[in-house]
Amino acid sequence: MTPDLSAPGPLAESAAAKLSLAVPCARLSLRARGAAVAPLSAALGLTLPERIGTRASTAAGDTEALRLGPDEWVLHATPAALPGLLAACAALSPEHPHSAVDISGRELTLVLEGPRAAELLTLGMPRDPDSIAPGEGRRTLFDGVSVVLWREADTRFRMDIWHSFAPHLASLLATGCAELAAETA
Amino acid sequence: MLLIHCPYCDETLPELEFAHAGEAHVARPENPSAQSDAEWEEFLFIRRNVKGPHYERWRHTHGCGRFFNAVRDTVSDRFLATYPAGAPRPSLASLTGESE
Ligand SMILES: [Zn+2]
Repeated sequence: MTPDLSAPGPLAESAAAKLSLAVPCARLSLRARGAAVAPLSAALGLTLPERIGTRASTAAGDTEALRLGPDEWVLHATPAALPGLLAACAALSPEHPHSAVDISGRELTLVLEGPRAAELLTLGMPRDPDSIAPGEGRRTLFDGVSVVLWREADTRFRMDIWHSFAPHLASLLATGCAELAAETA
Repeated sequence: MLLIHCPYCDETLPELEFAHAGEAHVARPENPSAQSDAEWEEFLFIRRNVKGPHYERWRHTHGCGRFFNAVRDTVSDRFLATYPAGAPRPSLASLTGESE
């Protein structure tokens, strides 16, 4: 059974873990390198993190950046903050070449939380969930699909999934929630 | 499953996150139209098909997204080294600790 992804809220819950659909947020794909990085950091109001997998937020907490690759970041922001972010980046062109693209419509985010949330991930993720420290994030693989995983705490994760893959992954994770709980019982 | 070290992420991760991308250090000719058919064929199609340590490209598809180079023994499947794209190819002697 595919969980209903039409509105934010809980999708599945068991003693092991809880799965829910997050409230939509603004998403920005940022590509830049070398001398363009420092001015972009200043314009965005955060220090674009240096090491792949690490994160940084603005002082107000309305924008968060995760480094995905050597010249690539993804930013999550409140919808209200997005126009300001895009304008701040655009003001740096053409002096500091970069690409900042609004990808808000591309993905949705599932929230996985509960005592066995990390174990739930092993259902479809080849890498060890514990190789991602709380407060970090990674782009990785889940049941054949590229996803971006944000580890918020030991027992809480966010997973960004492209829309077309979301029904499949949500259904798999919902099944996993029930299976883990059945094992416990 | 193979474990592969991504030189950009600096992490050793399951093979499933990666895609193999053929022989490494195959340089595209500067001026393709100056090539003879035989030379162009060699660039496009002829590969060394090494038995033993093989210089090859991999891509961290489900990760940082970057292409990098690796030396993998095609007999044992053991990775001798991985290094960023554009870096010079490490000598086999330096990887195996033997003199060639
Ligand atoms: Zn990588």
